[in-house]
Amino acid sequence: MPTSFIILFKRLFTSFIVLIGVSMLIFTIARIIPGDPARIALGPNATLEAVANLRANLHLDESIIVQYGYFIWNLLHGDLGISLYTNRPVLLDIGQFLPATLELVFVAGFIMVAIGLPLGAIAARYRGKFIDHVIRILSLLGVSAPSFVWAVILMLMFAFYLPIFPIAGRITDSYTIQAVTGFLLLDTLIAGEYRAFGDAFWHLILPAFALALSGIGQAARLTRANMIETYDKPYIEMAQSYGFSEKRIASKFAFKPSLIPSMTIIGLDFAAMLGNAFLVEAVFAWPGLSRYGVAVILRKDLNAIVGTVLVISATFLIVNIIVDLLIAFINPRIRFSTRRS
Amino acid sequence: MNQPTLNIENLQLGFKSHVGMSKVLHGISLNIRKGERVALVGESGSGKSVTARIILGLLQTLPTARISGVLEFEGRDLTKLSAKQRHALRGTEMSMIFQDPTSALNPVYTIAVQFTEVLRRRQPKLKKLLAFEQAAAALRQVAIDEPERVLNSYSFQLSGGMNQRVMIAMALINNPTLLIADEPGTALDVSVQAQTLDLMHKLVQEHQTSVLFISHNLGVVRDFADRVYVIYKGRIVEEGATQLLFSNPQHPYTQALMSAVPRITGGGIPNIPDVSDRYSDPAYIHPASGGEL
Repeated sequence: MPTSFIILFKRLFTSFIVLIGVSMLIFTIARIIPGDPARIALGPNATLEAVANLRANLHLDESIIVQYGYFIWNLLHGDLGISLYTNRPVLLDIGQFLPATLELVFVAGFIMVAIGLPLGAIAARYRGKFIDHVIRILSLLGVSAPSFVWAVILMLMFAFYLPIFPIAGRITDSYTIQAVTGFLLLDTLIAGEYRAFGDAFWHLILPAFALALSGIGQAARLTRANMIETYDKPYIEMAQSYGFSEKRIASKFAFKPSLIPSMTIIGLDFAAMLGNAFLVEAVFAWPGLSRYGVAVILRKDLNAIVGTVLVISATFLIVNIIVDLLIAFINPRIRFSTRRS
Repeated sequence: MNQPTLNIENLQLGFKSHVGMSKVLHGISLNIRKGERVALVGESGSGKSVTARIILGLLQTLPTARISGVLEFEGRDLTKLSAKQRHALRGTEMSMIFQDPTSALNPVYTIAVQFTEVLRRRQPKLKKLLAFEQAAAALRQVAIDEPERVLNSYSFQLSGGMNQRVMIAMALINNPTLLIADEPGTALDVSVQAQTLDLMHKLVQEHQTSVLFISHNLGVVRDFADRVYVIYKGRIVEEGATQLLFSNPQHPYTQALMSAVPRITGGGIPNIPDVSDRYSDPAYIHPASGGEL
């Protein structure tokens, strides 16, 4: 599909530009926040000389443009600098914390799509009936409460009062899993530890649902609205007058056209989960990148802030590109368009 | 086989709303014999399209619709059939052609996928490859030279005339007893509309398909139909064999409708009153039409 390739290259290029812009912006903002990173890192008892040395090491005395130049030069060599908070290379920190967040977000995104879309389709098919009202109320409920509220509610209900799920963490401490990908669900399978896999999965359910609930509501409401619009289209009347079964219409002939406008928003929702993940991670003591990000911002750990924001932005952009390609895949009008948009 | 393909008597339709009932059809009677092409002519809003949707059983699913009267299809009382039995008739015994073929075809599925779905109404277990072959054969019947290319295309990649041929082939592929054509090709330009109507004419003659042809275009109706019903505000006002009705329109509304057709010989746009008490005169039925009332 050549059109898809064109879309891909165009998007990759614009994403690259966006990333450069983001890096400049966050680089400047991080340095404008009041407070001396060297002083914060070394503590109140450090000598003035030690602080001055660290400032020199970090090039903090140079102009911001020169500092940015150093940053880019190091970045080109695959180096994001040392975190003052963990005293380790930022890249290493990110490598450790990012998979936990991605695992949470991917599973939540999967739940959102796997539950939200069918719910919306069912509601549209039985529009005005009892089941439609139930789904609409539930999805409104999902949308109206933020994810950290759901996190607390779910934790109280299903981990505290009804201790079905573990209350916090990614996996029970007694398991030691060799980190290959950083994704516990994959690493446990690679190690052949199926009980550990179950354990990690069990730990994931509550946080993932807490993160997904508003997305489920959003996806269901969008899909319902788009499908109801599609149901008024002549090609659905055609399908009905040719006696295509209502089930086939709801799951295929009306579903796919309705998916196209929903997909864009769902993609944005998915990417927004990266940000919402922080609150859920905080509630469930999930060792993810969002928590790391907040910790380093509070300590004005410049290298770590810039690194974290860049990685999250890149993930956001990649997710958006994937969504665009998916849209092109389900929408033949984009796939076969000869026009350059 | 003397029973009519379709027999409608005193069909009434109303929509219930908060403020009461709004009546749309005030007792329509209409019949179509085997292989007969019958036109239902009237202005927009006169109740043509709802009649078609009642015959297909689509309007019955609307909770606000109130429908009464006799509806018989090949001697079977449609009002007594279950929803499932009604459904079984659609796409097999009855099919429909729409006003705008391009928007009546699903934009995200290829023509082949939609053809397969239609074919499986008659042959539920039909394999994809066989369906493709049958569809290709049907497309050749409507003078499409490269059926494979058309089948692998999406509706937006084809011209309106091509889509209309596809629609006609789709409507006739299951060999229905009754074809309902709801203003077929009105969205197409005149020459393409004429070509596709000729094709449809030829095919329904070959297959002995009964046709309910809904239109506001008198010129098209005159060429296509054996018999014409004129409908005005939910009432049939005149019925007769096409030649008779056109040469000698009796009802004031029919006369007004005929004189409303712009003529190439000039005279400008004829001056016809929009509403007249005389349009509500009792129906006139031409004697030789064979309409049994």
